[in-house]
Amino acid sequence: MPKRPGLLEKWSTDIMVGMFLAKRELKRANKWTTSLIVFVMLLTFLNLVVVSGILVGLIQGSLDQNKKFSTGDVIVSSFLNRSKIDNSQETIKIIEHVPGLRAYSARYTGSGTLQANYRDVLLKDEQPNSVGALIAGIDPIKEDTVTNISSLIVEGSYLEPTDSDSIVAGSFLFRKYNKNEFPGLTTLKDVPLGSRLLLTIGENSKEYTLKGILKSKVGEVDGKIFMLDSELRKLTGRTDYNVNEIAISLVPGTDPAVAKQALIEAGVDKNGRVQTAAEAIPQFLDQIKTTFGLLGNAISAIGLVVAAITIFIVIFVNAITRRRFIGILKGIGIAPRAIIISYIIQSLLYAIIGAGLGILLVFLFLKPFFDLHPIDFPFSDGILVATIDGTAIRTGILLLATIVAGYIPARIVIRQNTLSAILGR
Amino acid sequence: MIEIKHLTKKFETGDATVIAVNDISLKIPEGQFISITGRSGSGKSTLLYQLGLLDHPTSGEVWIDGILATELSENDQTRMRLHALGYIFQDYAILPSLTALENVMVPLLMQGIDDKTARKKAEHALSRVGLGDRIGYLPSQLSGGQQQRVSIARAIGHDPKIVFADEPTANLDSETSRTVLEAFLELNKEGQTIVMVTHEAEYAALTDRIIELSDGKLISDVLN
Repeated sequence: MPKRPGLLEKWSTDIMVGMFLAKRELKRANKWTTSLIVFVMLLTFLNLVVVSGILVGLIQGSLDQNKKFSTGDVIVSSFLNRSKIDNSQETIKIIEHVPGLRAYSARYTGSGTLQANYRDVLLKDEQPNSVGALIAGIDPIKEDTVTNISSLIVEGSYLEPTDSDSIVAGSFLFRKYNKNEFPGLTTLKDVPLGSRLLLTIGENSKEYTLKGILKSKVGEVDGKIFMLDSELRKLTGRTDYNVNEIAISLVPGTDPAVAKQALIEAGVDKNGRVQTAAEAIPQFLDQIKTTFGLLGNAISAIGLVVAAITIFIVIFVNAITRRRFIGILKGIGIAPRAIIISYIIQSLLYAIIGAGLGILLVFLFLKPFFDLHPIDFPFSDGILVATIDGTAIRTGILLLATIVAGYIPARIVIRQNTLSAILGR
Repeated sequence: MIEIKHLTKKFETGDATVIAVNDISLKIPEGQFISITGRSGSGKSTLLYQLGLLDHPTSGEVWIDGILATELSENDQTRMRLHALGYIFQDYAILPSLTALENVMVPLLMQGIDDKTARKKAEHALSRVGLGDRIGYLPSQLSGGQQQRVSIARAIGHDPKIVFADEPTANLDSETSRTVLEAFLELNKEGQTIVMVTHEAEYAALTDRIIELSDGKLISDVLN
């Protein structure tokens, strides 16, 4: 017998022979069976990536809209124990020089009551047609540049800089758009555009015309009343120019963390809280996102187990029906490892083709499709979240599961007695 | 050279113990063409499997070229089968998803021979058995005789020291059987040791030595 080969030489020979056998097996396998297995792998891949991607995307869509229509890329807001941003005008000057700035909108905020039909005499026990709401005093042009809020108008029109007598209100405030009414949480009934509404903030009240109604899927926006900043200042009797929040929009491609850091370095954090949109996510949304992510992973894990079992069964049936030929291969001196490798390569190839088709489907079709046509959920426009990193990890897990699922049955069959396998005993 | 000492193989079948090979000792010198004969159930195939390291004897020793083969590990026995032994099975046992050429190439590749050389050697082996024009055929496209010749080509393609043939003509017509036998004789002329199990006296008569088994025991050992 020739000298025993080295470990590397042995492995390379086993892999070469394994590939030789696998290539021929696949080439001459039943095409329908192969297609079916690849299809199962494709479905598994989609289950791994798309199901969790959509679950996370439901919340991500909500977060994206919150960023788009409310916070911008970075938001500066008052400290929790303060009602306004200190030295707001100085802060605005710093913001105007932040790298990558596209636009900003300084907002005065407050809360008040909006009442319709307030001149009517109420009957006994009749409740006034009113609603409590947050109010934002804005520069309509600057606000629209940051949040594109005018695109949300579903009735009437958006504020002009001269609309000192008008307001635009979110759809949650109207019965027509929001059927949910609870004690203490009322909506305005039968209020057509152009109605005169009484806005009361603290002790001060003034009548405004309802110019427009806007609707998004962001609670922060839909529950608000928008009016000119000058009007809100007048109504609240504010004499200083300290605003409550400043939403900052950055040029696409600018890292919000870099902009935030620049603001902090310029001392803005001494006047108010500086947060990126991601940091300003309401905690409950963040928790839902994590929960949905876990749920998606759990569903994916089940899918992965199903795929692994499918591959296991396919390889096991294949190996069992070819038990005799495995015996012959061993009989003529083919190393068991080379035979196992041939089965692993076969199962890996099924997974690689399935995952490859899945990747093409996700990134060339599904993701662009959901970006253009988000799923219409009541609280968000659901998108498909599929990152390159996440997809690569899931593909890796699928391939790993496939290797194990290919190895175990091949190993079981290989361990049988060579002669028994050859003779079919 | 092959030497077996007190080789015994027993099978447990329910409560009974069947002694398929019963304390056989013999020596097969290099280059000898030996046939093992006997009636059905006499233990000839079982003896061949022990000699060819396809099965483990219950007791006794098999020495191949001075190596106590029965004491080798499973992996080393596989290596010995790959490098030093060749097999021809009664029902050809060629791999259905591989062409004639690929069937012969597999053991060569396993020896670490590169693809090009393995292909060349396999083509040569197939030409020797008269299948040079059928190398790309799948087993399903070949007749029984042709399949058996592929099996012979695979057994000799890697130049083993000893070729074991288990009833190689059992499933062939007389004309094809003769062709196969002629191929064996030619190989033997070139110095190949061949151990063939057969129940046909006509073919056994063509070999150098005939041993006959009955109930697992060696009852005659005759040189031709």
